[in-house]
Amino acid sequence: MFSVTVNDITKVYGKEKLVAVDRVSFSVNKGELFGLIGPDGAGKTSIFRMLTTLLLPDSGSATVNGYDIVKDYRLIRNTVGYMPGKFSLYQDLTVEENLHFFATVFGTGIQENYQLIKDIYVQIEPFKNRRAGKLSGGMKQKLALCCALIHKPTVLFLDEPTTGVDPVSRKEFWEMLKRLKAQGISIVVSTPYMDEADLCDRIALIQAGKILSVETPENIKAGYGDTLFAVKSANMYRLLETLKNYDKALSSYAFGEYAHVSLNDNKIHAGDIKQFLAGRNIQEAEVIPAAVTIEDCFIKFLKN
Amino acid sequence: MRTIRFLLQKEFRQILRNKTIRMMIFVMPVVQLILIPLAADYEVKNINLAVTDHDHSAYSRQLISKITASGYFRLTGYNNSFKESFAFIESDRADLVLEIPARFEKDIIRENEAKVFVAVNAINGTKASLGGAYIGNIIRDYNNEVRAKLVPVTRFNPVPAVEVTSSNWFNVHMNYHVFMVPGILAILVTMVGGFLSALNIVKEKEAGTIEQINVTPIKKYHFIIGKLIPFWVLGNIIFSIGMLIAWLVYGIVPVGNLLVLYACVSVYLLAILGFGLLISTFCDTQQQAMLIMFFFMMIFILMGGLYTSIDSMPGWAKIISQFNPATYLIEVIRMVVLKGSGLKDVLPHIIKLGLFAIVLNTWAVFNYRKTT
Repeated sequence: MFSVTVNDITKVYGKEKLVAVDRVSFSVNKGELFGLIGPDGAGKTSIFRMLTTLLLPDSGSATVNGYDIVKDYRLIRNTVGYMPGKFSLYQDLTVEENLHFFATVFGTGIQENYQLIKDIYVQIEPFKNRRAGKLSGGMKQKLALCCALIHKPTVLFLDEPTTGVDPVSRKEFWEMLKRLKAQGISIVVSTPYMDEADLCDRIALIQAGKILSVETPENIKAGYGDTLFAVKSANMYRLLETLKNYDKALSSYAFGEYAHVSLNDNKIHAGDIKQFLAGRNIQEAEVIPAAVTIEDCFIKFLKN
Repeated sequence: MRTIRFLLQKEFRQILRNKTIRMMIFVMPVVQLILIPLAADYEVKNINLAVTDHDHSAYSRQLISKITASGYFRLTGYNNSFKESFAFIESDRADLVLEIPARFEKDIIRENEAKVFVAVNAINGTKASLGGAYIGNIIRDYNNEVRAKLVPVTRFNPVPAVEVTSSNWFNVHMNYHVFMVPGILAILVTMVGGFLSALNIVKEKEAGTIEQINVTPIKKYHFIIGKLIPFWVLGNIIFSIGMLIAWLVYGIVPVGNLLVLYACVSVYLLAILGFGLLISTFCDTQQQAMLIMFFFMMIFILMGGLYTSIDSMPGWAKIISQFNPATYLIEVIRMVVLKGSGLKDVLPHIIKLGLFAIVLNTWAVFNYRKTT
């Protein structure tokens, strides 16, 4: 049973015929935490807006909870929770008033589904009489999540919920998502942070409106195939410039404090790279085998 | 019903929490009703008059002193040639030139007829036409006096004459406050209804909250009604405050029935709120909404018969003013407050306003899309 199915959906904007979403297809299983991973402008928000019936697709079809997003939009609105990327609750209403309002427009109350939001709400409860506009970024996200959950949706759409949130709050937020998933809610979440991809059950890598791959993070990483090394030296800029000239490397790029070098020849060892660098006047470079991350996979997909 | 109740609760909370709106509810009617009627006075006084008297006779002096004694004119120049007097007009020291020809007195007595020349500076249209009319009246009056002196009173007047006397009904002293205050009440209601409703929905668009509302099962008409009612109530409150000020400051008490007045304002508010909502459905930012609303407000106010009588507008302008809801309200408020018109008299107006309300609101609901 799928919570969300998307078939060849396309969205074109404006007179310039800007293709934001290009024949995208994927499906989300019931109770799955599904991630749309891609950089800014990849079309993530457009997909969310179509699935939450705010935007009509130009072609293709999609269902949410088995309902067609065009024909049965009313039924979808009753059963999904949507948290837009931009904070869009009433800033001039208090935390409690916002929650109460969104509960009532779905014909329910805070008490009925309190169980669902309890873990999250207790964290913002001390500020329940504060105006939403005066909350900190992390609190706003928590409140927005509460408001999206208060009517006990079966599918939850979260558009970049952790963008602009500090690392601690981000971690907390993903913990909350895991707990929600445990309650049987299907969650579709988008993020530009590749490190968050590992926290999803399955992810769709998306770039320029096109899906690059839909898989579990493990399978995507397992399918990487190339050998990956992390290299570090005192002068990183020179190191990166030098690595570009390493003809055995498929690609090399900055990755945190290291530079990642990918090779499709598994006979090459760390010592070979060291030797190459030494020959180019970079001594004492640290070369270690690196674990493949989603970001490495994404960069590889982009190269192809 | 339940949904609407919660929407209303939310709207009222937001409105009452907004300090600016809270303040404007009281400041706007008070300031507008006190300032504008006092400033908008059509009675022209202190018309500057330059006189060229070629006659220098007892009769000409009599005429001049009669004109200056009227209180409307201020003698700023007494010259020997028209050219000199005209220089006064050119340098804006005179609005009017009265030229009394030589032999003025002789002609009156001998020929029973004399002519004077009046030149008016028409740059300020109102001042010119009123000044011309005033001086015409005074000269006519003077003419009658002279005739009474010269022509022996016979039993039957040899020249048949129709004498015009007029009396001002419903506003005996031609008090401009009595005339302006009801009109400004109408403008107040228009401003509040139009601007607040238009800006409100656009604000939700700007803040993104409308997205959040759109993914809920709230129906379009629920949402629109939830927006209409709070401002409808607000409009009525401001109107009531305005009526109170009209009574306290100007002593204006409606001659007609208050209920008729409120019935009309209520229907009118629905129309103008619908108009505001309609505009908001076309705009994405408050700036756009503000500009468009201001454009229409100017037309509503200036072509609604508040300052310029619609009857004196050209035909095409009259047609435009028929599509201006403010026209009907200004008229009704004046009718009820000054004349004491009853429901039967204003019913056609109410029906027309009702039509405006239905068309504008339906259009607004139709044009408000939850999906793009």
